[in-house]
Amino acid sequence: MSNVIELTNIVKTYDMGGAEEVHALCGISLTLKKNEYVAIMGPSGSGKSTLMNIIGCLDTPTSGQYLFNGLSVSDMDDNELAKIRNKEIGFVFQTFNLLPRSDSLHNVELPLIYGGISSTERKRRAAEVLKDVGLGDRGHHKPNELSGGQRQRVAVARALVTRPSIILADEPTGNLDTKTGEEIMMLFEELHRQGNTIILVTHEADIADHAQRAIRLRDGVVESDEPVRKRKSYTAATA
Amino acid sequence: MYFWTELKEGLIISFRAIRANKMRSVLTTLGIVIGIVSVTLMATAIEGVNRAFDQSAAAFGTDVLYVDKWPWVSNEDWATIRNRRNLEVSYAAKVERQATFADAVAPVVGTRKRLAQGPNSMEDGFVSGTTHQYINAAGVTLTDGRFFTAEESSGGRPVAVIGATVAENLFPREDPLGKVLRVGGFPYMVVGVCEKQGGLFGEFTSDSRVFVPLLSFQTHFGSRRNVTIQVRVADIKEMENAKIEIEGVMRKIRGLAPGKPNDFNINQQEILTETFGGISLVIASIGLFITGLSLFVGGIGIMNIMFVSVTERTKEIGIRKAIGAKRRTILMQFLIEAAALCLIGGLIGLAIAFPVSLIVDQFLPTAMPLSVVGIAILISLAVGVISGFMPAYRAARMDPVEALRYE
Repeated sequence: MSNVIELTNIVKTYDMGGAEEVHALCGISLTLKKNEYVAIMGPSGSGKSTLMNIIGCLDTPTSGQYLFNGLSVSDMDDNELAKIRNKEIGFVFQTFNLLPRSDSLHNVELPLIYGGISSTERKRRAAEVLKDVGLGDRGHHKPNELSGGQRQRVAVARALVTRPSIILADEPTGNLDTKTGEEIMMLFEELHRQGNTIILVTHEADIADHAQRAIRLRDGVVESDEPVRKRKSYTAATA
Repeated sequence: MYFWTELKEGLIISFRAIRANKMRSVLTTLGIVIGIVSVTLMATAIEGVNRAFDQSAAAFGTDVLYVDKWPWVSNEDWATIRNRRNLEVSYAAKVERQATFADAVAPVVGTRKRLAQGPNSMEDGFVSGTTHQYINAAGVTLTDGRFFTAEESSGGRPVAVIGATVAENLFPREDPLGKVLRVGGFPYMVVGVCEKQGGLFGEFTSDSRVFVPLLSFQTHFGSRRNVTIQVRVADIKEMENAKIEIEGVMRKIRGLAPGKPNDFNINQQEILTETFGGISLVIASIGLFITGLSLFVGGIGIMNIMFVSVTERTKEIGIRKAIGAKRRTILMQFLIEAAALCLIGGLIGLAIAFPVSLIVDQFLPTAMPLSVVGIAILISLAVGVISGFMPAYRAARMDPVEALRYE
């Protein structure tokens, strides 16, 4: 299977003014294949947020090479990065990050607007994806009219609508109660089964256990990278 | 295609943002409203003054030269001019004979007298003594009756042609033709009424004047007066040549030795329009500059509120960037918002300025020119784009990671 992401010796250094420098990432090398379900774990300060930002093309590394579907992201300018984020990456955030004044349909439509998709096509795809995440009847509700779980489903729909190469979820259950959190994890599992590549950033071992593979970071380096042995699976449980 | 999608999305976002902050939007827009109202009203007023002037200046006739002791516009010493010899009635005939470019020549003398008719009267009415040639030399049109004939003129008959205002004041409810008008106590029969000229110059136009034959004027009011000689030039294209010719004729009549300066002036409408044009330009510039300041202040208000808006919506900008909004897209979004605020302000401003201009019209005949409407809309858009640019640029350049972290 082809590599979606290839990180080679990625270093990220923050200049804190003066001579002081913070090394957030100290040479990380990783390879992610298509349709992998990976959890990136680590305590706060381990560099997992920085790594997520770099993988998500929100930030560029200080040094090292990042190949996304074979393209070098390290050399891209702002606009090219925006294009990659738009077409290839679907973000799901801990705090949902929906636009408060827009209804679900418009929130889901937004990446397609930036992708230059025609209005009718946009509406059709947004409605379809909303239906897929179980919110077909909530298209005209604004975020404050939805429950936390529903909001996160809208966010997932927004991430899916462009049919991206990877879905990058940053603590997607962090703001949800256990039951709703499990529902979202079920949704991710379903998406994985449908062939999506998922990267889950979390500090909860419980959540990480849903993935096939867990990468542990500590102090800016990969501490361990191994398959999840006792994988939690809803389908396995029900089977 | 992509541009229009972006524009449409930008407009939707702008109107949502404007609606979400109603009070703030109203107050900010108020600055632009006031700016546009003052600028358009100033432009309308200037237009009114110019129009009134043009109308008034037309009364002097573009093809008429006024040979006079006094210049209309001058930097010369007043005392020197006053000491010049008066022009005489006899010059008119000489100019008419010698000046080939002249079509009609009329000497005009003037004084102020009480005008009375029955119970109605006008103090200080402006009385002009002239010949029958005046109607040809001055371009006056009559609405009623006729101008006095050559015979009446040379015979010094007590007949009068009156201006429109005089007719209105002294003959409010009757036909003045054939009636007797007392000029400085002497009876004159009204034979004609001039067409209304209107304008700024009041008694310099025919409106408030009474024209009587020169001979009777001299008999009743004395003959030792300065005379103005009005010359209508046959071909308006020959105005400059006519001036040179008349200058030569006048110097000969006055017996001026070569090298001596002229002791008379040849005035024409152009002098007035040129002088006024200069003054009007200065007034217009100052007026528009001062009112423009209020628009500038409005623009600063927009800029200020856009900075606030950008800061408030840092998170939103982060989200949009994360899901693929380019710098240009974000820049456009905020520029559209600023331009929309200003455009709304501009339109409201015009909606207010228009009825106000109708009120102004009562005092100074004017109308808001269509060009002012167009320019006002363009200016308000420009103010929006200019004052929105810095905040929009700041938004466009935000780091998505930083922006997403903002709470």
